[in-house]
Amino acid sequence: MWEYTSKVKEHFLNPSNVGEIENPDGIGDVGSLSCGDALRLTFKLDENEKIIDAKVKTFGCASAIASGSALTEMMIGKTVAEAEKISNQHIADYLGGLPKEKMHCSVMGHEALEKAIACYRGTPIEEKEGEVICECFGVTDLEIIRAIQDNGLKTVEELTNFTKAGGGCERCHGDIAKIILEVQNKPQPEEEKPKLSNIQKMRLVEETIEREIRPSLQLDGGDIELIDIIGNRIIVATRGACSSCKSAPITLKNLVEAKLREFVSPDLVVEEVSK
Amino acid sequence: MTSVYVDNNATTKVAPEVFAAMEPFFCEMYGNPSSMHSIGGSVGPKLKAARAQVANLIGAQPDEIIFTSCGTESDSTAIHAALAVDPAKRHIVTSRVEHPAIGSLAGTLSKQGYRITEIPVDGDGCLDMNLLEESLTPDTAIVSIMWANNETGVIFPVEKIAAMCRQRGITFHTDAVQAVGKLPINLALSSIDMLSLSGHKLHAPKGIGALYVRKGTKFSPFMIGGHQEKGRRAGTENVPGIIALGKACELAGENLTKENTVVKKLRDRLESELIRLIPDAKVNGTIKTRTPNTSNISFANIEGESILLMLNEFGICASSGSACTSGSLEPSHVMRAMGVPFTMAHGSIRFSLSIYNSEADVDRIIKELPPIVKRLRELSPFS
Repeated sequence: MWEYTSKVKEHFLNPSNVGEIENPDGIGDVGSLSCGDALRLTFKLDENEKIIDAKVKTFGCASAIASGSALTEMMIGKTVAEAEKISNQHIADYLGGLPKEKMHCSVMGHEALEKAIACYRGTPIEEKEGEVICECFGVTDLEIIRAIQDNGLKTVEELTNFTKAGGGCERCHGDIAKIILEVQNKPQPEEEKPKLSNIQKMRLVEETIEREIRPSLQLDGGDIELIDIIGNRIIVATRGACSSCKSAPITLKNLVEAKLREFVSPDLVVEEVSK
Repeated sequence: MTSVYVDNNATTKVAPEVFAAMEPFFCEMYGNPSSMHSIGGSVGPKLKAARAQVANLIGAQPDEIIFTSCGTESDSTAIHAALAVDPAKRHIVTSRVEHPAIGSLAGTLSKQGYRITEIPVDGDGCLDMNLLEESLTPDTAIVSIMWANNETGVIFPVEKIAAMCRQRGITFHTDAVQAVGKLPINLALSSIDMLSLSGHKLHAPKGIGALYVRKGTKFSPFMIGGHQEKGRRAGTENVPGIIALGKACELAGENLTKENTVVKKLRDRLESELIRLIPDAKVNGTIKTRTPNTSNISFANIEGESILLMLNEFGICASSGSACTSGSLEPSHVMRAMGVPFTMAHGSIRFSLSIYNSEADVDRIIKELPPIVKRLRELSPFS
């Protein structure tokens, strides 16, 4: 049995805003009977583009029904511009989380919202653009790429949980793995990683050294101390066994610099303070 | 609120008599039957009696019974044994609607180079017997067809298939986990070479199963080690489990008539009332040859998990062939093999009864389910 949160159960057993608005300002249809879940979202605006009513009809499992219900509650009272910022993760969070195999329900809610807003603006999203990768569930490469980018997905299994792609005959697993690799290797657009302020950077460097680096050095009797941060140069001093170790420079590159690049920023350089 | 448990094809309650029979074997008669002292020695005769009880239920001889840990182990043992004793033969025939204990195993063996033929079923869930016969070749090592399907209860003509195999010198195995205790079985009069059964489907606990191997059938053990089960299944005997299975088989024999009259009547009333009260509902699988306890009904345009969770709010425990309940994304392989349309497959619910169900249980389901279906259809954009 799924471990649904009490919030999911609440929204499933007593969903909010069930139904369909007559003459809606926006309408979004996603999913299908064959896929096993589907959702129709309708909303009504006031003169200030504020959503004054939203209704939803859902076919699907408990988490699909709960996602639809949560979405309407989150939308009502927001302007279209504000509602647009609701992501699938926000929907899942609103419900206190979803089992990972059920994340696609929150994705479906998000897609319905996008479609309804596009419908209102008169710029309907082109249906199923891109090349179909998963034949079983009709998922395209563009949808897959987006799910990977939006949710930081790393494996085929994760992607299946979010989009259903690959959940049927599994023949597309090779193609999906390829797309994941391609997306991971492509440099992320600038705005995806907000630039750190100096104070944020310093704090993150300190945290990373404390959490990720020092414990493993200490295992070998070594240690490290953060001396200064000058731009992208991280100045450290080696302590304990490290200070007399011949392979310390390699450790600095392979462990210290690699970890800092991973957790803080890819352009950092680690230097040892001159003895 | 007391529960209404109608998920007996998934697992059953341990019968109080069974529990009483096994209990002394935990803290009093805990000995190892192989030991040379009276605490162990006193266990041997009890195992012998249990073996006879199991054999008796299915018309076998006691030494044709090998105790295992579960139905899955019995299935794996049977298939591997048939392949091991005749390594030149590389073909396996099974069906598209087998339990994963056979289905997944066939998939794995296919990757190892065995040729697998999966016989399809029609819309009623019945096997294509012509195709089955045509698929038998001199290269066929084993045919494994379930006696009754776990999702629909549809019974397959395994005795006929066994005879077909016997004529051609092919080993025949049946996964009878859903049939034993529900249908009369007399292996003495059949050509079935191997048969799997599972304790927890017939009111014994989980962790005990048995494999019937007809005397004279070439066999090769799956579990290697000690001399237990005459070298056919190594590992210290699960004594309490075996005692429990023996007792459960004895009870199943006594209750077989009840199963096919009282339980069947309950199932039939449940099914006909639900079909009468709920529009766009349809029974899956032929009603002509079915286990007496099982009913699988599809409710159009709604989803099984939602139905189950709402039933659960009323203490009703059933099961579904819907995708969402299993963690897989597609509806059950049985529904798909039968060609049940998606509109119906996602909303299929299985009710599987037992002798512990009452008229009041059936009344509760008949009262609670129609409004649930109505409510979910109101939520659904398709109706």
